[in-house]
Parts: sequence; structure tokens; C-alpha cells
Amino acid sequence: MRTSYKNVTGLGAAHKGVGHFIKQRVTALALLILIPLFLFQFLSSFTSGYNGVMAWLGSPFGAAVTFLVVSAMVVHMRLGVQTAIEDYFGGSLRKIALMLNGLFALGLWLIAVYALIKISFGG
Amino acid sequence: MSTGWSDPRPLSPFTSVWRWHVTMVTSILHRASGVALYGGVFVLVAWLAAAAEGPKAYMKLMAVMASWPGRALLFGFTLALSFHLLNGVRYLLWDKGIGYDKETADRTAWVVIILAAILTLAIWVTAYWSLDLLKVGG
Repeated sequence: MRTSYKNVTGLGAAHKGVGHFIKQRVTALALLILIPLFLFQFLSSFTSGYNGVMAWLGSPFGAAVTFLVVSAMVVHMRLGVQTAIEDYFGGSLRKIALMLNGLFALGLWLIAVYALIKISFGG
Repeated sequence: MSTGWSDPRPLSPFTSVWRWHVTMVTSILHRASGVALYGGVFVLVAWLAAAAEGPKAYMKLMAVMASWPGRALLFGFTLALSFHLLNGVRYLLWDKGIGYDKETADRTAWVVIILAAILTLAIWVTAYWSLDLLKVGG
């Protein structure tokens, strides 16, 4: 008996398999913890104005929580909107929308990372 | 909705003949709030970028967000986030096969809607005054 490669990897016709499904749920679980943590710190730092916000974002813990929450959000939102696009658009419009979706998510992530690095090290 | 779709058969979901029920409402709201939060992440990243840019850009953004349209937008994002987060827990539990029967699903749908409203109001009651603080420069 020979087990075919496609059965072993379980990737199916799209060659992507359950990656989308798993990533969406892993980021959901991460956000379930990160969002309350982030929101609590975010709202606390608000009260001390710009300097308070900068001190929080520049601290290792503040930067780490912000980096993690933005990273998980960006992956989660790209996958979610990808599903919506696949449901409502077809043809080349779908391809363009999917491409813009990916670029938008990646762009936001890069801006966030740049901002956090600048706040932490740029002074 | 698809471009070039010529099949005359009805599309699924065939919403025009479905009786509205609460799990359908939460399903639609989950997608709608998720898409809305796309804009929420954009505002969050804009906030980070403004903070990195300097106090001038930061205060400019804060003035926009402290305006009435800005506040309405933030309130909408809070509501969307509260609902999406709570309803997401429901979906994660469904993945484990928990609460997937009709009666429980209907009940938790209402629970999530009510809790989302309470959570949103709780956040705004505790954090509302800080908006004014930032408007004047904090």
C-alpha cells in the first residue's frame, strides 16, 4: 500500500490546506489575551498625555505588548477580510482586492514596527 | 455580486426568504464588525506613527479624534471590538463543539449582544474624560 503525498500533507487542491483556518484561530486566541492587556495599558498611559504615552511605548514591556497586539491584529484582519473578499468578489476584481488587502496589512505592520523602533531608540 | 455571474439559480445565502433569527444577526454583525475594525487597526497604527513623528503630529491627531465625528468613530470601534471579541469566544467554543446546539447558540447570541453593549459603555464611562485631557494637550 502506498500513501499518496497529498494525503500525508493534507493540503488539498489549493496547496494551502488548513493554514488559513489555524492562523485565524491562533491569532484570535492571542488577541483574546493581548487586547485587554493592551487596552488597559493604553488607557492608563492616556492620562499622562504625550510624554506618558511615549514612556509607555518606549518601555520594553509596552513596546512588546504593542508589537504583539498589532502583529496578531494585522494577520487576523488580513485573513478575515480575505474571506469576505472571496465571498463577494470574483474574477480580476477579486485578485486585485486580495492583493491590496495583503499590501495594506503588510504596510500597516511595517509602519507600526518602524514607529515602535523609532520611539524606543530614536529619542 | 460576482462579476460575470450568469447562473440564474439563487445564490446562497438566500437571505431574502430567510426568517431573521438572532444567530444570523450575530453572524452578520461578526463580519461587519470585523471589516469595520480594519479601519480601527488603521487608526491605531496612525496613532503609533503620530506618536513616533512627534508631539505636534500627535496633538493634531488627538484633536481630530477628540472632535465629535472622531469620538463617534472611536465609539463605533469600541462597540465593534467589544462585539467581535466576545462573539469570537463563542466561535472558538463552537470549534471545540461547545454550545453548538440551537437553543444554546440562540441564548449565547443574546448574551454576547448584551455584554458587548455593557462592555462598550463600561469602557467609555471609565475612559471618556481622558479624551478631554488630551484635547488640551495633556
